[in-house]
Amino acid sequence: MSTLWRAADVVSGVPETESSRTIGLRVDGLNGNLAGQHIDIRLTADDGYTAVRSYSVATAGMDEILEITVDELTNGEVSPYLVRDLMVGDQLEIRGPVGGWFVWRPTDPNPVQLIAGGSGIVPLMSMIRAHEASENPSQFRLLYSLKSPEAGFYREELLTLSQESPKLTVDYFYTRKVPEGWPSPPKRLTAETLLANILQADVAPDIFICGQTMFVETVTEWLVRAGYPTASIKTERFGGTGGIR
Amino acid sequence: MGIISSGFHGKRRTDNPALPPGQYETASFPVLTAGPAPYIATADWEFFITTETGQRRAWTWDEFLALPQVDIRTDIHCVTSWSKLGTSWRGVSLDTLFEDMETTSEFTTAHSYGGYTTNVPLQDLLDGQAWVAWEFDGEPLERAHGGPARLLVPHLYFWKSAKWINGIELMPHDVPGFWESNGYHIYGDPWREERYS
Repeated sequence: MSTLWRAADVVSGVPETESSRTIGLRVDGLNGNLAGQHIDIRLTADDGYTAVRSYSVATAGMDEILEITVDELTNGEVSPYLVRDLMVGDQLEIRGPVGGWFVWRPTDPNPVQLIAGGSGIVPLMSMIRAHEASENPSQFRLLYSLKSPEAGFYREELLTLSQESPKLTVDYFYTRKVPEGWPSPPKRLTAETLLANILQADVAPDIFICGQTMFVETVTEWLVRAGYPTASIKTERFGGTGGIR
Repeated sequence: MGIISSGFHGKRRTDNPALPPGQYETASFPVLTAGPAPYIATADWEFFITTETGQRRAWTWDEFLALPQVDIRTDIHCVTSWSKLGTSWRGVSLDTLFEDMETTSEFTTAHSYGGYTTNVPLQDLLDGQAWVAWEFDGEPLERAHGGPARLLVPHLYFWKSAKWINGIELMPHDVPGFWESNGYHIYGDPWREERYS
Protein backbone atom coordinates (compact mmCIF):
# COMPACT_ATOMS: atom_id res chain seq x y z
CA MET A 1 0.00 0.00 0.00
CA SER A 2 1.18 3.48 -0.80
CA THR A 3 1.21 4.66 2.81
CA LEU A 4 4.13 2.54 4.00
CA TRP A 5 7.65 3.88 4.03
CA ARG A 6 9.73 2.45 1.23
CA ALA A 7 13.17 2.93 -0.15
CA ALA A 8 13.80 5.24 -3.06
CA ASP A 9 17.01 5.45 -5.09
CA VAL A 10 18.17 8.88 -6.10
CA VAL A 11 18.68 8.56 -9.84
CA SER A 12 19.16 12.19 -10.83
CA GLY A 13 19.77 15.62 -9.39
CA VAL A 14 19.60 18.64 -11.65
CA PRO A 15 19.77 22.26 -10.48
CA GLU A 16 16.59 24.08 -11.43
CA THR A 17 17.59 27.53 -10.12
CA GLU A 18 20.31 28.80 -7.80
CA SER A 19 18.37 27.57 -4.79
CA SER A 20 16.47 24.60 -6.08
CA ARG A 21 17.01 21.21 -7.56
CA THR A 22 14.97 18.57 -9.34
CA ILE A 23 15.55 15.13 -7.87
CA GLY A 24 14.63 11.91 -9.63
CA LEU A 25 13.62 9.01 -7.40
CA ARG A 26 13.19 5.40 -8.44
CA VAL A 27 10.90 3.30 -6.30
CA ASP A 28 10.50 -0.45 -6.85
CA GLY A 29 6.91 -1.31 -7.61
CA LEU A 30 5.78 2.27 -7.92
CA ASN A 31 3.01 2.38 -10.46
CA GLY A 32 3.16 6.01 -11.49
CA ASN A 33 1.30 8.80 -9.74
CA LEU A 34 -1.61 11.10 -10.38
CA ALA A 35 -0.80 14.62 -11.52
CA GLY A 36 -0.82 16.89 -8.48
CA GLN A 37 -0.09 14.33 -5.79
CA HIS A 38 2.65 14.66 -3.19
CA ILE A 39 5.04 12.36 -1.39
CA ASP A 40 6.49 12.47 2.08
CA ILE A 41 10.25 12.18 2.38
CA ARG A 42 11.91 10.88 5.53
CA LEU A 43 15.56 11.50 6.30
CA THR A 44 17.33 9.63 9.08
CA ALA A 45 20.52 10.89 10.71
CA ASP A 46 23.17 8.40 11.81
CA ASP A 47 21.91 8.50 15.40
CA GLY A 48 18.36 7.61 14.35
CA TYR A 49 16.91 11.13 14.40
CA THR A 50 14.35 11.52 11.61
CA ALA A 51 12.63 14.41 9.86
CA VAL A 52 9.71 14.21 7.44
CA ARG A 53 8.52 16.73 4.87
CA SER A 54 5.99 16.71 2.05
CA TYR A 55 6.94 17.55 -1.53
CA SER A 56 4.75 17.81 -4.60
CA VAL A 57 5.60 15.51 -7.47
CA ALA A 58 6.54 17.33 -10.68
CA THR A 59 6.00 14.39 -13.00
CA ALA A 60 3.10 12.04 -13.60
CA GLY A 61 2.71 8.45 -14.64
CA MET A 62 6.38 7.59 -15.19
CA ASP A 63 6.05 4.08 -13.73
CA GLU A 64 8.84 3.56 -11.20
CA ILE A 65 10.37 7.01 -11.39
CA LEU A 66 9.08 10.31 -10.14
CA GLU A 67 10.68 13.72 -9.80
CA ILE A 68 10.32 16.38 -7.16
CA THR A 69 11.68 19.89 -7.28
CA VAL A 70 12.86 21.17 -3.91
CA ASP A 71 13.39 24.85 -3.17
CA GLU A 72 15.89 25.51 -0.40
CA LEU A 73 14.28 27.32 2.51
CA THR A 74 16.46 29.63 4.56
CA ASN A 75 16.95 27.89 7.90
CA GLY A 76 15.13 24.85 6.56
CA GLU A 77 15.82 21.49 8.13
CA VAL A 78 15.31 19.12 5.21
CA SER A 79 15.41 21.24 2.05
CA PRO A 80 19.08 22.36 2.33
CA TYR A 81 20.15 18.74 2.54
CA LEU A 82 18.04 17.73 -0.45
CA VAL A 83 19.24 20.66 -2.56
CA ARG A 84 22.92 20.71 -1.55
CA ASP A 85 24.04 17.38 -0.10
CA LEU A 86 21.98 14.51 -1.47
CA MET A 87 23.81 12.62 -4.23
CA VAL A 88 22.84 10.36 -7.08
CA GLY A 89 23.13 6.80 -5.80
CA ASP A 90 21.95 7.72 -2.30
CA GLN A 91 18.80 6.26 -0.88
CA LEU A 92 16.07 7.83 1.19
CA GLU A 93 12.60 6.82 2.29
CA ILE A 94 9.33 7.95 0.80
CA ARG A 95 5.66 7.52 1.61
CA GLY A 96 3.02 7.90 -1.04
CA PRO A 97 2.26 9.28 -3.60
CA VAL A 98 -0.86 10.48 -1.81
CA GLY A 99 -3.75 12.86 -2.39
CA GLY A 100 -6.96 12.54 -4.35
CA TRP A 101 -8.20 16.13 -4.33
CA PHE A 102 -5.64 18.49 -5.80
CA VAL A 103 -5.20 16.24 -8.82
CA TRP A 104 -5.91 16.37 -12.53
CA ARG A 105 -6.97 13.24 -14.37
CA PRO A 106 -6.68 12.77 -18.15
CA THR A 107 -10.41 11.97 -18.17
CA ASP A 108 -11.32 15.40 -16.76
CA PRO A 109 -13.34 17.13 -19.50
CA ASN A 110 -13.07 20.82 -18.58
CA PRO A 111 -10.53 23.42 -19.67
CA VAL A 112 -7.98 24.07 -16.94
CA GLN A 113 -6.54 27.30 -15.57
CA LEU A 114 -3.37 26.83 -13.53
CA ILE A 115 -2.11 29.66 -11.33
CA ALA A 116 1.36 29.29 -9.80
CA GLY A 117 3.21 31.52 -7.39
CA GLY A 118 6.95 30.76 -7.30
CA SER A 119 7.70 27.15 -6.43
CA GLY A 120 3.96 26.48 -6.45
CA ILE A 121 4.53 25.56 -10.09
CA VAL A 122 5.63 22.02 -9.14
CA PRO A 123 2.28 20.15 -8.86
CA LEU A 124 0.90 22.25 -11.73
CA MET A 125 3.82 21.17 -13.91
CA SER A 126 2.89 17.58 -13.26
CA MET A 127 -0.61 18.38 -14.54
CA ILE A 128 0.82 20.05 -17.65
CA ARG A 129 3.04 17.06 -18.32
CA ALA A 130 0.18 14.60 -17.80
CA HIS A 131 -2.02 16.68 -20.09
CA GLU A 132 0.62 16.87 -22.82
CA ALA A 133 1.20 13.12 -22.62
CA SER A 134 -2.52 12.40 -22.91
CA GLU A 135 -5.02 12.55 -25.74
CA ASN A 136 -7.08 14.98 -23.66
CA PRO A 137 -7.78 17.90 -26.02
CA SER A 138 -9.00 20.44 -23.43
CA GLN A 139 -7.27 23.78 -23.20
CA PHE A 140 -4.72 24.42 -20.43
CA ARG A 141 -3.58 27.87 -19.48
CA LEU A 142 -0.84 28.61 -16.95
CA LEU A 143 -0.31 31.91 -15.18
CA TYR A 144 3.10 31.81 -13.51
CA SER A 145 3.96 34.62 -11.11
CA LEU A 146 7.68 34.96 -10.39
CA LYS A 147 10.07 37.34 -8.70
CA SER A 148 12.52 37.19 -11.58
CA PRO A 149 13.26 35.15 -14.70
CA GLU A 150 16.07 33.38 -12.85
CA ALA A 151 13.59 32.06 -10.28
CA GLY A 152 11.58 30.14 -12.87
CA PHE A 153 11.40 26.38 -12.79
CA TYR A 154 11.24 24.26 -15.97
CA ARG A 155 12.05 27.29 -18.10
CA GLU A 156 13.12 25.57 -21.30
CA GLU A 157 10.39 22.97 -21.18
CA LEU A 158 7.70 25.59 -20.63
CA LEU A 159 9.15 27.76 -23.37
CA THR A 160 9.13 24.87 -25.81
CA LEU A 161 5.65 23.76 -24.83
CA SER A 162 4.22 27.26 -25.02
CA GLN A 163 5.57 27.55 -28.56
CA GLU A 164 4.75 24.08 -29.80
CA SER A 165 1.75 22.78 -27.91
CA PRO A 166 -1.62 23.65 -29.43
CA LYS A 167 -3.36 23.09 -26.12
CA LEU A 168 -1.21 25.04 -23.64
CA THR A 169 -0.86 28.79 -23.13
CA VAL A 170 1.71 30.16 -20.67
CA ASP A 171 1.62 33.67 -19.21
CA TYR A 172 4.49 34.90 -17.05
CA PHE A 173 4.31 37.71 -14.52
CA TYR A 174 7.42 39.19 -12.96
CA THR A 175 7.13 41.04 -9.69
CA ARG A 176 10.71 42.26 -9.12
CA LYS A 177 12.74 41.80 -12.26
CA VAL A 178 11.75 41.19 -15.86
CA PRO A 179 13.70 39.49 -18.68
CA GLU A 180 15.55 41.66 -21.15
CA GLY A 181 13.22 43.16 -23.70
CA TRP A 182 10.12 42.47 -21.62
CA PRO A 183 7.36 44.92 -22.61
CA SER A 184 6.59 46.17 -19.11
CA PRO A 185 8.47 46.81 -15.85
CA PRO A 186 8.15 44.43 -12.89
CA LYS A 187 5.04 45.04 -10.83
CA ARG A 188 2.75 43.46 -8.33
CA LEU A 189 0.14 41.15 -9.70
CA THR A 190 -3.25 42.83 -9.45
CA ALA A 191 -6.77 41.45 -9.69
CA GLU A 192 -7.27 43.30 -12.96
CA THR A 193 -4.15 41.87 -14.59
CA LEU A 194 -4.82 38.39 -13.33
CA LEU A 195 -8.43 38.34 -14.49
CA ALA A 196 -7.41 39.63 -17.93
CA ASN A 197 -4.95 36.77 -18.42
CA ILE A 198 -6.85 33.66 -17.41
CA LEU A 199 -9.59 31.55 -18.95
CA GLN A 200 -12.85 33.39 -18.52
CA ALA A 201 -15.60 32.10 -16.25
CA ASP A 202 -17.97 31.42 -19.14
CA VAL A 203 -15.81 28.51 -20.37
CA ALA A 204 -16.15 26.97 -16.89
CA PRO A 205 -12.50 26.12 -16.26
CA ASP A 206 -11.29 23.92 -13.43
CA ILE A 207 -8.85 26.12 -11.54
CA PHE A 208 -5.79 24.96 -9.61
CA ILE A 209 -3.86 27.50 -7.53
CA CYS A 210 -0.60 26.73 -5.75
CA GLY A 211 1.86 29.00 -4.00
CA GLN A 212 2.57 30.56 -0.65
CA THR A 213 -0.39 31.10 1.61
CA MET A 214 -0.81 34.83 1.02
CA PHE A 215 -0.59 34.39 -2.75
CA VAL A 216 -3.18 31.62 -2.74
CA GLU A 217 -5.54 33.48 -0.41
CA THR A 218 -5.35 36.66 -2.42
CA VAL A 219 -5.78 35.11 -5.84
CA THR A 220 -8.64 32.93 -4.61
CA GLU A 221 -10.50 35.97 -3.29
CA TRP A 222 -10.12 37.75 -6.62
CA LEU A 223 -11.52 34.78 -8.49
CA VAL A 224 -14.48 34.33 -6.16
CA ARG A 225 -15.34 38.03 -6.36
CA ALA A 226 -15.10 37.86 -10.15
CA GLY A 227 -17.73 35.16 -10.18
CA TYR A 228 -15.75 31.96 -10.60
CA PRO A 229 -17.71 29.26 -8.74
CA THR A 230 -16.01 28.25 -5.50
CA ALA A 231 -16.54 24.60 -6.39
CA SER A 232 -14.31 25.03 -9.47
CA ILE A 233 -11.31 26.29 -7.47
CA LYS A 234 -8.81 23.94 -5.85
CA THR A 235 -5.96 25.33 -3.83
CA GLU A 236 -2.73 24.09 -2.33
CA ARG A 237 -0.46 26.12 -0.09
CA PHE A 238 3.27 25.84 -0.23
CA GLY A 239 5.87 26.35 2.47
CA GLY A 240 3.87 24.85 5.33
CA THR A 241 5.05 27.14 8.07
CA GLY A 242 4.88 30.43 6.21
CA GLY A 243 1.27 31.11 7.02
CA ILE A 244 -0.54 34.17 8.24
CA ARG A 245 -0.23 35.26 11.88
CA MET B 1 14.19 0.38 7.10
CA GLY B 2 17.48 1.72 8.30
CA ILE B 3 18.44 4.04 5.46
CA ILE B 4 20.85 6.53 6.93
CA SER B 5 21.53 9.83 5.22
CA SER B 6 25.11 10.49 6.18
CA GLY B 7 25.65 14.20 6.40
CA PHE B 8 22.07 14.85 7.47
CA HIS B 9 21.96 16.15 11.01
CA GLY B 10 18.61 17.87 11.30
CA LYS B 11 17.59 20.43 13.84
CA ARG B 12 16.48 18.12 16.64
CA ARG B 13 13.16 19.75 17.09
CA THR B 14 11.37 16.54 17.94
CA ASP B 15 12.86 15.97 21.39
CA ASN B 16 9.72 17.59 22.80
CA PRO B 17 7.46 14.88 24.32
CA ALA B 18 4.43 17.00 23.42
CA LEU B 19 5.11 16.30 19.74
CA PRO B 20 3.50 13.20 18.20
CA PRO B 21 5.69 11.07 15.93
CA GLY B 22 6.73 12.73 12.70
CA GLN B 23 5.59 16.20 13.78
CA TYR B 24 7.66 19.37 14.11
CA GLU B 25 6.79 22.46 16.07
CA THR B 26 5.87 25.70 14.37
CA ALA B 27 5.26 29.09 15.91
CA SER B 28 3.14 30.34 13.03
CA PHE B 29 -0.33 29.15 12.17
CA PRO B 30 -0.36 27.76 8.64
CA VAL B 31 -3.60 27.78 6.69
CA LEU B 32 -4.59 24.61 4.90
CA THR B 33 -7.83 24.53 3.02
CA ALA B 34 -8.93 22.73 -0.10
CA GLY B 35 -10.61 25.71 -1.72
CA PRO B 36 -11.87 29.24 -1.16
CA ALA B 37 -12.83 30.35 2.34
CA PRO B 38 -16.58 31.05 2.52
CA TYR B 39 -17.99 34.28 3.94
CA ILE B 40 -20.54 33.75 6.69
CA ALA B 41 -22.00 36.74 8.51
CA THR B 42 -22.78 35.98 12.14
CA ALA B 43 -26.32 37.27 11.46
CA ASP B 44 -26.76 34.37 9.03
CA TRP B 45 -24.84 31.81 11.04
CA GLU B 46 -26.39 28.90 12.84
CA PHE B 47 -25.14 25.73 14.42
CA PHE B 48 -27.33 22.64 14.25
CA ILE B 49 -27.35 19.10 15.53
CA THR B 50 -29.57 16.49 13.90
CA THR B 51 -30.21 12.92 14.98
CA GLU B 52 -31.17 9.75 13.14
CA THR B 53 -34.80 10.18 14.31
CA GLY B 54 -35.10 13.63 12.80
CA GLN B 55 -34.67 15.57 16.03
CA ARG B 56 -33.04 18.91 15.22
CA ARG B 57 -31.66 21.55 17.51
CA ALA B 58 -30.19 24.80 16.25
CA TRP B 59 -28.64 27.89 17.75
CA THR B 60 -28.30 31.36 16.28
CA TRP B 61 -25.06 33.25 16.85
CA ASP B 62 -26.56 35.16 19.80
CA GLU B 63 -28.01 32.00 21.32
CA PHE B 64 -24.68 30.28 20.87
CA LEU B 65 -22.81 33.11 22.62
CA ALA B 66 -25.31 32.94 25.49
CA LEU B 67 -24.27 29.34 26.24
CA PRO B 68 -21.56 28.68 28.85
CA GLN B 69 -18.19 29.61 27.32
CA VAL B 70 -14.96 27.88 28.19
CA ASP B 71 -11.31 28.67 27.60
CA ILE B 72 -9.28 25.91 26.03
CA ARG B 73 -5.52 25.60 25.97
CA THR B 74 -4.37 22.79 23.75
CA ASP B 75 -1.81 21.51 21.26
CA ILE B 76 -2.89 21.09 17.66
CA HIS B 77 -1.40 18.71 15.12
CA CYS B 78 -1.75 19.05 11.36
CA VAL B 79 -1.41 16.00 9.11
CA THR B 80 1.12 17.95 7.01
CA SER B 81 3.53 17.55 9.97
CA TRP B 82 3.37 20.84 11.81
CA SER B 83 2.22 21.06 15.39
CA LYS B 84 1.43 24.21 17.31
CA LEU B 85 1.74 23.86 21.05
CA GLY B 86 -0.24 25.63 23.74
CA THR B 87 -2.81 27.36 21.55
CA SER B 88 -5.60 29.34 23.25
CA TRP B 89 -9.23 29.12 22.21
CA ARG B 90 -12.63 30.08 23.55
CA GLY B 91 -15.86 28.35 22.68
CA VAL B 92 -18.69 26.08 23.71
CA SER B 93 -18.15 22.49 24.74
CA LEU B 94 -19.96 19.93 22.62
CA ASP B 95 -21.09 18.39 25.93
CA THR B 96 -23.18 21.54 26.39
CA LEU B 97 -24.53 21.41 22.85
CA PHE B 98 -25.39 17.71 23.03
CA GLU B 99 -27.02 18.00 26.49
CA ASP B 100 -30.64 17.49 25.42
CA MET B 101 -30.04 15.31 22.39
CA GLU B 102 -31.07 11.66 22.42
CA THR B 103 -29.39 9.29 20.04
CA THR B 104 -28.25 5.72 19.60
CA SER B 105 -25.84 6.74 16.83
CA GLU B 106 -22.14 6.21 17.41
CA PHE B 107 -20.82 8.37 14.58
CA THR B 108 -21.14 11.91 13.33
CA THR B 109 -20.55 13.94 10.22
CA ALA B 110 -19.53 17.54 10.79
CA HIS B 111 -20.86 19.86 8.07
CA SER B 112 -19.22 23.16 7.18
CA TYR B 113 -20.41 26.17 5.27
CA GLY B 114 -18.94 25.71 1.82
CA GLY B 115 -19.68 21.99 1.75
CA TYR B 116 -16.72 20.49 3.64
CA THR B 117 -17.48 17.42 5.71
CA THR B 118 -15.49 15.29 8.14
CA ASN B 119 -16.47 12.23 10.14
CA VAL B 120 -15.78 11.88 13.86
CA PRO B 121 -17.01 9.15 16.22
CA LEU B 122 -19.48 10.60 18.72
CA GLN B 123 -17.42 9.49 21.70
CA ASP B 124 -14.54 11.65 20.43
CA LEU B 125 -16.76 14.73 20.60
CA LEU B 126 -17.94 14.25 24.20
CA ASP B 127 -16.42 14.31 27.69
CA GLY B 128 -14.51 17.55 27.33
CA GLN B 129 -12.70 16.59 24.12
CA ALA B 130 -14.31 18.91 21.57
CA TRP B 131 -15.66 22.41 21.22
CA VAL B 132 -17.18 24.85 18.77
CA ALA B 133 -14.54 27.58 19.01
CA TRP B 134 -14.96 31.17 17.91
CA GLU B 135 -12.00 32.91 19.54
CA PHE B 136 -8.30 32.28 18.98
CA ASP B 137 -5.63 34.00 21.09
CA GLY B 138 -8.24 36.35 22.49
CA GLU B 139 -9.43 37.55 19.08
CA PRO B 140 -12.44 36.54 16.99
CA LEU B 141 -11.43 33.64 14.78
CA GLU B 142 -10.23 34.88 11.39
CA ARG B 143 -12.11 33.72 8.35
CA ALA B 144 -9.02 31.99 6.95
CA HIS B 145 -8.86 29.90 10.11
CA GLY B 146 -12.54 28.99 10.05
CA GLY B 147 -14.34 32.02 11.44
CA PRO B 148 -16.94 32.78 12.61
CA ALA B 149 -16.56 29.38 14.32
CA ARG B 150 -14.84 26.07 13.79
CA LEU B 151 -15.01 22.65 15.34
CA LEU B 152 -12.06 21.98 17.65
CA VAL B 153 -11.15 18.32 18.21
CA PRO B 154 -7.49 18.70 19.08
CA HIS B 155 -6.74 15.07 19.97
CA LEU B 156 -7.21 14.19 16.28
CA TYR B 157 -5.32 15.57 13.26
CA PHE B 158 -6.50 19.08 12.61
CA TRP B 159 -8.45 18.36 9.41
CA LYS B 160 -11.07 16.91 11.79
CA SER B 161 -11.47 20.36 13.36
CA ALA B 162 -13.76 21.54 10.58
CA LYS B 163 -13.53 25.24 9.72
CA TRP B 164 -16.70 27.29 9.15
CA ILE B 165 -18.69 24.75 11.11
CA ASN B 166 -22.42 24.69 10.43
CA GLY B 167 -23.60 21.61 12.23
CA ILE B 168 -23.23 18.01 13.27
CA GLU B 169 -25.27 15.17 11.90
CA LEU B 170 -25.48 12.03 14.01
CA MET B 171 -24.87 8.97 11.89
CA PRO B 172 -25.61 5.28 12.50
CA HIS B 173 -22.49 4.37 10.47
CA ASP B 174 -19.05 5.85 9.95
CA VAL B 175 -19.18 7.60 6.58
CA PRO B 176 -15.92 9.08 5.24
CA GLY B 177 -15.91 12.86 4.92
CA PHE B 178 -14.07 15.02 2.42
CA TRP B 179 -10.40 14.31 3.17
CA GLU B 180 -11.24 10.80 4.37
CA SER B 181 -12.54 10.13 0.84
CA ASN B 182 -9.40 11.64 -0.67
CA GLY B 183 -6.71 9.46 0.79
CA TYR B 184 -6.64 10.46 4.45
CA HIS B 185 -7.22 8.18 7.43
CA ILE B 186 -10.77 7.48 8.61
CA TYR B 187 -9.92 8.28 12.26
CA GLY B 188 -6.71 10.35 12.33
CA ASP B 189 -4.97 9.81 15.67
CA PRO B 190 -1.68 11.77 15.57
CA TRP B 191 -0.10 9.65 18.29
CA ARG B 192 -0.55 6.57 16.12
CA GLU B 193 0.38 8.58 13.03
CA GLU B 194 -2.86 7.75 11.26
CA ARG B 195 -2.26 10.13 8.37
CA TYR B 196 -3.29 8.27 5.26
CA SER B 197 -5.77 5.51 4.50
